[in-house]
Amino acid sequence: MLAAAAAGLLLVGIALAFYWVPNAPIEGFRQRIFYIHVPIALTAYACFFWAAWKALRLLWTRDQSYDLESYTAVHIGVIFGILTLVTGSIWARTSWNTWWAWEERQLVLFLVLFLFYSAYFMLRFSVDPGPRRASMSAVYALFGVVLIPVSFLAIRLAEGLIHPVVFDEEVNTRLTASQFLTFIVCFAGMLALAASLYVNELTGKRVDERLRELREALS
Amino acid sequence: MTTAEKYVTAAYLVVLAVVLAYLVIYAFKLSRLDRETSELLELARRRKEASPEPEPEREEVAG
Amino acid sequence: MSYLADVGTLAAKDLRLELRSRDTVPAMLLFVVSTLVVFNFALPVGASAEAAYGLLWAALVFTAILGLTRAFAAEREQRVLDGLVLAPSDRSAIWLGKTIAVVVFLALAEAVALPAFALFFEPVSWELVAAVALASVGFAAVGTLLAAMAAASRARELLLPLLFLPLVIPIVVGGVGASIGDDPGRYLGFLALYDLIFAILSWASFEYVVTE
Repeated sequence: MLAAAAAGLLLVGIALAFYWVPNAPIEGFRQRIFYIHVPIALTAYACFFWAAWKALRLLWTRDQSYDLESYTAVHIGVIFGILTLVTGSIWARTSWNTWWAWEERQLVLFLVLFLFYSAYFMLRFSVDPGPRRASMSAVYALFGVVLIPVSFLAIRLAEGLIHPVVFDEEVNTRLTASQFLTFIVCFAGMLALAASLYVNELTGKRVDERLRELREALS
Repeated sequence: MTTAEKYVTAAYLVVLAVVLAYLVIYAFKLSRLDRETSELLELARRRKEASPEPEPEREEVAG
Repeated sequence: MSYLADVGTLAAKDLRLELRSRDTVPAMLLFVVSTLVVFNFALPVGASAEAAYGLLWAALVFTAILGLTRAFAAEREQRVLDGLVLAPSDRSAIWLGKTIAVVVFLALAEAVALPAFALFFEPVSWELVAAVALASVGFAAVGTLLAAMAAASRARELLLPLLFLPLVIPIVVGGVGASIGDDPGRYLGFLALYDLIFAILSWASFEYVVTE
């Protein structure tokens, strides 16, 4: 059901983004990356917040089943985070002819978050499975979402003194009706995609766990 | 295709590629799970044949 | 009030241990000065003053990592941490006591690093000192929590830098901004905000990191 919704929304959304919505006045055709880049970025944030919520539930209730949910959410979030960096890099290439732009706050923020959540996996892989690892991962996931606004603020503060904002493109921040509709459809589609990937992966991990237990019970 | 069109399409294709890669990884995982469940089923069957005591009939429990 | 007494006892224990063994702080002192010397060779001839300040902050970050790696080393070797956790005191007191000790170690290292920096590179302003003080609190606050995590892992010294670096990027921004920016007050305020947020978060969540 969820996957069907994701498929439908994304197909419609991408069709809208390519065929229906008109070219942006100043940037032209390349603005259309917006419709895939920003939904992916927002979905990544949603995944990290979801992971933090599950982490909080784990620490609150000590119910170990939340550990797998939090971990899976971080995993999906990182995948979307990598996609954000790649699509953002492509967008930078089309806008400023460079594969990376320290001026792009969102991109830099995602780089910091990518480093942070990659360390999450390092943490998990170097601690033996159990309630201790679950608690530590949960605390770390909570630190992650607190880091998001703090980092963003830091990056804004850093702009003035380290990398002067040279490129001040006239980007129209107000979306027209058609742009907004296209964006919303793509965003909903991405969220649905992330959700279906999440459910998929979670189920897979749960089955893994059960099979392991079953194997132990039978031998 | 203009340069801009090339890059925009590339961005969308990257996303598609990642999703498809995910799908492929899960296809492998699913076949592995299938294999494991059939192994465990075999194990369970053999155990059942090996134990000579008859299984007590289980009553239907309400609720 | 017994909470603060516990904190005091724990901090005093760490400081006394260090006074007796003298292994962490001298290493940090030597490390930071060596790093500054290396940076002299790393900086090209025409390098700006700003670059030097930036490198000072890099040196401080890595010195902090060095000190933090040792933070739970003693406990680990003697399983004291397990004993402390079983003790009836609030676990967060362990964090606070340890953080205070780490701040002291960092302060000692910085008391040598800043004069050395002023000697080798650029003058040190009061804003820079304030920034270093605030930053040390931030390093110690999150570092102590992360060091506890790393101590429980198999990777230990390898894990701490990986966990530490992304989290302290805002501190570096605040510190460098206060060193070279036109409006250091803004950056000092940001550092204070960071310290407040992450100290509270670390204090509240330490319990979950050290227990099952």
